[in-house]
Amino acid sequence: MATETTAAEGSSLVFHPMDQFIVKPLFGGDTIAWYTPTNVTLWMALGILAIIGLLVLSTSKRAIVPTRMQSIAELAYGFIYKMLEDICGKEGVKYFPYVMTLFMFIVTANFLGLLPMSFTTTSHFAVTVVLALAVFLTVTVLGFVKNGAGFLSLFWVSSAPLALRPILAIIELISYFVRPVSHSIRLAGNVMAGHAVIKVFAGFAAVAVISPVSVLAITAMYGLEVLVAFIQAYVFTILTCVYLKDALHPHH
Amino acid sequence: MEGDLAHIGAGLAAIGSGAAAIGVGNVAGNFLAGALRNPSAAASQTATLFIGIAFAEALGIFAFLVSLLLMFAV
Amino acid sequence: MATEPIAEEVVGKCVDSHGSAIGMPQLCFDWFPNQIFWLVVTLVVVFLVLSRVALPRIAAILAERQGTITNDLSAAEDLKAKAVEAEEAYNKALADARAEAQRIAAETRAEIQSELDDAIAKADAEIAAKAAESEKAIAEIRAGALESIQLVAKDTAAELVTTLGGQADATAIEGAVDARMKG
Repeated sequence: MATETTAAEGSSLVFHPMDQFIVKPLFGGDTIAWYTPTNVTLWMALGILAIIGLLVLSTSKRAIVPTRMQSIAELAYGFIYKMLEDICGKEGVKYFPYVMTLFMFIVTANFLGLLPMSFTTTSHFAVTVVLALAVFLTVTVLGFVKNGAGFLSLFWVSSAPLALRPILAIIELISYFVRPVSHSIRLAGNVMAGHAVIKVFAGFAAVAVISPVSVLAITAMYGLEVLVAFIQAYVFTILTCVYLKDALHPHH
Repeated sequence: MEGDLAHIGAGLAAIGSGAAAIGVGNVAGNFLAGALRNPSAAASQTATLFIGIAFAEALGIFAFLVSLLLMFAV
Repeated sequence: MATEPIAEEVVGKCVDSHGSAIGMPQLCFDWFPNQIFWLVVTLVVVFLVLSRVALPRIAAILAERQGTITNDLSAAEDLKAKAVEAEEAYNKALADARAEAQRIAAETRAEIQSELDDAIAKADAEIAAKAAESEKAIAEIRAGALESIQLVAKDTAAELVTTLGGQADATAIEGAVDARMKG
């Protein structure tokens, strides 16, 4: 629709900021069934390879004095481990592989998406909603398994005045069910926004007069996106830890 | 004409991004003010800072999303 | 989330004839099963790789390094204790040597002092003897001089008396001179 209107105006600027998110079959063909290898498959596979290269191959020497790659792997490990331990306590350490999987997948997908001509898997709601729903279901099931009906005390703010508690319970309940929505849309929205903005600036580069400004703007946005790629993975993980803490210790 | 109205709506929705910017700036600025008064406690609160920024920013992203939906999906 | 408007586009396809996206590609439900399937496959693979290989290995490396650091630290602690011991021994030897040196110096000083005292005492005695001798000589000389003066005075007085025409009375002159000399 946007492309149609810009074309109708007769302008030389053609914006296709959303084309970079199109899912294409890798080996030709038109239909995309659930098993078709697509660019989603390609970039997720590259993500797996990157994770293996970073966390498995780099540590294969098991050096006491780490190489650069090995120290990156150790930093990532220590970073997530400390985050989980700080927020959830000793009991949360059991879920470390799960949290680490989420973090490594998101961070590699975000950074691979920053390569030119690449496809960003985490910019799709289908992907992030599944991630967020997985966290939501895990937390809910875990909360009821660990605490039984006591998990419902999460919604009963015992520190508030008695008259306010039912109202607060409704608010808490709504905010609890909004969690997966904001959790997923935050990640996809941030990633998508940055990539779309870069594409819009790239469209301006077609005009000779403003192209230097456009190139500078793309560079600046790219730098910001590198930051966002990491921070959004960090935020997704830290919120997972916070939600996990609610399941393990529901009492405020 | 319908498309034009949708574009106006998209532009209005984009104001929300500015509101989110105010929110994020508020969080970061207050964190900095507190951190400069008590630098020793600052390091332990960075996680809280990022959670706060994420919550403030999520609403801006919602505004952005509404804007995108009006642009491309309506 | 704007499901109704997108539905009619999804019925056709999400990409137009030029290969551009129609609407938001994120909302193209045709692609959801594909993305979700590959996401689940990826997550399972990543989880298996991490939980079976990567994380235990990194944990082992970190534990091993912690062990090595602890060992090295204790070894360093031992070496430090040894160094402290050696320093103490050195300080002790130094203090002994210094005390010895002081003792020798004091001894030598005492020896020299006693020799000096002897020499001074001897010299004092000699000086005293010489002084006594000189005093005696001076006393003798003084006594001699006094007698001579009396003699000369008596002679001069007798002479004066005779010259003036008087009879020199030896005893009177002697008494007068003595009285004068005493006065």
